[in-house]
Amino acid sequence: MQAFAALIDGLIYTRSRDLKIRLIADYLRITPDPDRGWALAALAGTLNIATVKSAAIRAMAEERFDPMLFRMSRDYVGDTAETVALMWPDKSDGDAAPSVSEVIDLLNSTSRARAPAVLAELMDRLDANGRYALLKLATGGMRVGISARLAKTAFGQAFGVSVDDVEEVWHALRPPYTELFAWGEGRTKRPDPADSAFFRPFMLAHPLEDGSVYLDEFVAEWKWDGIRIQIASTGGETRLFSRGGDEVTGSFPEIAAAFNNIGVVDGELLVRGEVQGGEAASFNALQQRLGRKNVTAAMQAEYPVFVRLYDILFDGAEDLRSQPWTARRDRLELFTAKLDPARFDLSAVIAARDFEHLAEIRAAAREAAIEGVMLKRRDSPYLAGRKVGLWYKWKREPLVADCVMMYAQRGSGKRSSYYSDYTFGCWTEDGNLLPVGKAYSGFSDEELKWLDRFVRNNTVARFGPVREVEKSLVLEVAFDAVHESKRHKSGVAMRFPRISRLRRDKPAEEADTISALRAMID
Amino acid sequence: MHEIRDDVAALAGCGHEISLIHAVYIAPATAHILITKRTADISRTAAQHWIEPHAHGIYVKPADMWIDPSRPAERALVTHGHADHARSGHGAVWATPETLAIMALRYGTEMGTPVPYGDGFEHGGVKISFHPAGHVLGSAQILLEHAGERVVVTGDYKRRFDPTCTAFEPVACDVLITEATFGLPVFTHPPIEDEIAKLLAARAANVDGCIVVGAYALGKAQRVIAELRRAGYDAPVYIHGAMQKMCDLYAAHNVPLGELTMATGLAKSELKGAIVIAPPSAMNDRWAQRLPEPITAMASGWMRVRQRARQRNVELPLVISDHADWTELTDTLLELRPSETWITHGRTDALGRWCELHQLKARALDLIGREDEDEG
Repeated sequence: MQAFAALIDGLIYTRSRDLKIRLIADYLRITPDPDRGWALAALAGTLNIATVKSAAIRAMAEERFDPMLFRMSRDYVGDTAETVALMWPDKSDGDAAPSVSEVIDLLNSTSRARAPAVLAELMDRLDANGRYALLKLATGGMRVGISARLAKTAFGQAFGVSVDDVEEVWHALRPPYTELFAWGEGRTKRPDPADSAFFRPFMLAHPLEDGSVYLDEFVAEWKWDGIRIQIASTGGETRLFSRGGDEVTGSFPEIAAAFNNIGVVDGELLVRGEVQGGEAASFNALQQRLGRKNVTAAMQAEYPVFVRLYDILFDGAEDLRSQPWTARRDRLELFTAKLDPARFDLSAVIAARDFEHLAEIRAAAREAAIEGVMLKRRDSPYLAGRKVGLWYKWKREPLVADCVMMYAQRGSGKRSSYYSDYTFGCWTEDGNLLPVGKAYSGFSDEELKWLDRFVRNNTVARFGPVREVEKSLVLEVAFDAVHESKRHKSGVAMRFPRISRLRRDKPAEEADTISALRAMID
Repeated sequence: MHEIRDDVAALAGCGHEISLIHAVYIAPATAHILITKRTADISRTAAQHWIEPHAHGIYVKPADMWIDPSRPAERALVTHGHADHARSGHGAVWATPETLAIMALRYGTEMGTPVPYGDGFEHGGVKISFHPAGHVLGSAQILLEHAGERVVVTGDYKRRFDPTCTAFEPVACDVLITEATFGLPVFTHPPIEDEIAKLLAARAANVDGCIVVGAYALGKAQRVIAELRRAGYDAPVYIHGAMQKMCDLYAAHNVPLGELTMATGLAKSELKGAIVIAPPSAMNDRWAQRLPEPITAMASGWMRVRQRARQRNVELPLVISDHADWTELTDTLLELRPSETWITHGRTDALGRWCELHQLKARALDLIGREDEDEG
């Protein structure tokens, strides 16, 4: 367990992708089976210990610690597992530390009711770093900035095999992947991929910045604001993958079930109804579904999802990736015609005379689900990653409003302990401030430090973790759209608000009014 | 307005509940609301006390003196030399000789009355004496005696061994005015020997590069160097130019730091395998780009929390603090058992809660301007 804990901490403190890969590769080479296989599964997100849920960890903490002190600590640290690991009294000198496979065996062989006690016994045998790794392992959420793809890349590097070969056999195997390591070490033949559907890396776009392109060379499509996914089907099985190559089939089973064709396609997952404007909450629902391994029928009914297709990589077994976009587009249209129109449609090509015309069309588009415009070279093959000059994304200009900071709360994750989540308001006709939104991004690290200090030095009241501040700081807030909302007292809500500038020069009285915001509703 | 406040309090899911049966803890910003409701007797005691907490310092009324005032005062008692406690521009200053030397170095011509550890004087009917706090060279707790009552202001303190300063001495008192920089139960500082061993191991594994250790220029830097020496590391330690004078001052006060070399201006090849100590502000600066493949380390109690290390781009976190950790803070309260505890700065709400759980009377002062997030 100590070696695994050291690996996890190494990954947390290392920023370079190459160094992360090297750390994982070194661990996989040195560590014996089956520990390394469980670790690989934990990093790739395929380890699922059914007996331990994060609620069990909270319960374990609340049983041992004063709930108020625990909440204050959790609020400061920004991560439940880490808080528990740090608060847990040190009882071990590290000698009795369990191995990764002992942990897995113990937790898998217990019941959900007994799991907290088993976990507590294991905690007593570890130091603070070991306890952290244990809790992360048990709940399955490592959050060390590793995608499934990166874990497989590290495996490939550790044993000198190609990552595509790893992808192809991956889904035919189960943790702790002993056959995979046997093959990697050259002790056995490559495992049989067993007709498995696997991930191919996405093609990505560069931002257009201030440039322009000729539309006889480039085709324009809308950039839809959903979740980019890849669907791969062998006929025998269908799998959905997110941008990082993580499998998300379990989150959207209705899409996998409806996909009745063989091939690999690239598209955007959207919620029906949202496309024609509507509540921003539906996108949040989509994201929540993404985080789940299983979804209920009720969620499926409440948020009907479909996929808007951008591209085709494989038609049947035929690899189309080296063909130009125009040829792939023809094939995609034929391919999509055979799919259920309730679940799949084509991302339309924008008919624009020239670039200026396109700019007008883009400026006029205020539909909530449109994030901007994609520009794709007509002769471009489908290549992994971001390649210069082939695909561009041209996001639409945001709306902005000057708002006044009202409340602040500490962030979590990267921003833990900083006051980084801000509630801001605009003025009513009779001179009151009402909250219109909440934002926690858009500022630089330097600005965050300044904002944090501002909050600390200008607190007028505290409500648990929330601080009310002096209503003196104007924040320029950028957002994609504004719409009516019954949930906010102000009657309006912003879509994707973020802080675009700190207006320390501007007096609070001169911030925008709610009626000015209202005028921006489409 | 109140409607909105209630909204937010409800959203946060936690109004402060105060028990008046055994102990009282008043959270600073909500205090005014509570007073109007029911705690009139408590606020009267506090208001009438001869020591008054203000946002910018602690005021000793009969002596007309301020402790660690954050704005210029006629008469100031200074606990230690860190900039958030020792400011320039006061009329008269009382501090330990070491603290006065540090203030003279930082602010130029500043003069004051030296008060060595254990010594005392009287002013305006208050007996004032200075006692070791174990935080940095010259750091002191201040004991104030008046009207049969003993009040101790800890300033910043720690109870671990530190070769660079005099160890903390517990002083019996009725009112303890304490810091709470690391006043959360997640903060346990590991033995410094372990952290120094981590640093030496990283150096050994990186002979072609160097380790740059971010450390506060007063106290932390000298402690890290002295602990390296104690661990048997006798190679030169390379320092950022901004640290030279403070290291010289420590050496002049009988804190041997061994051979120190200025890192500024040296070629990359000369710094291979070096340990370089620099102020945290220089770490992400152009200054650090001249070092050969540096591993970024940081010596601070905040490094206990992973995301804090990540926020600062730290690759090698060293949990080394000059403040009391949670155990030291709470053990000190149990040892001294003051009849009242006032908490000046840091995680005041959590230490206040602990006092409540242990039936100790406490109140949070929340002085502003304490740089509780940067040093440590």
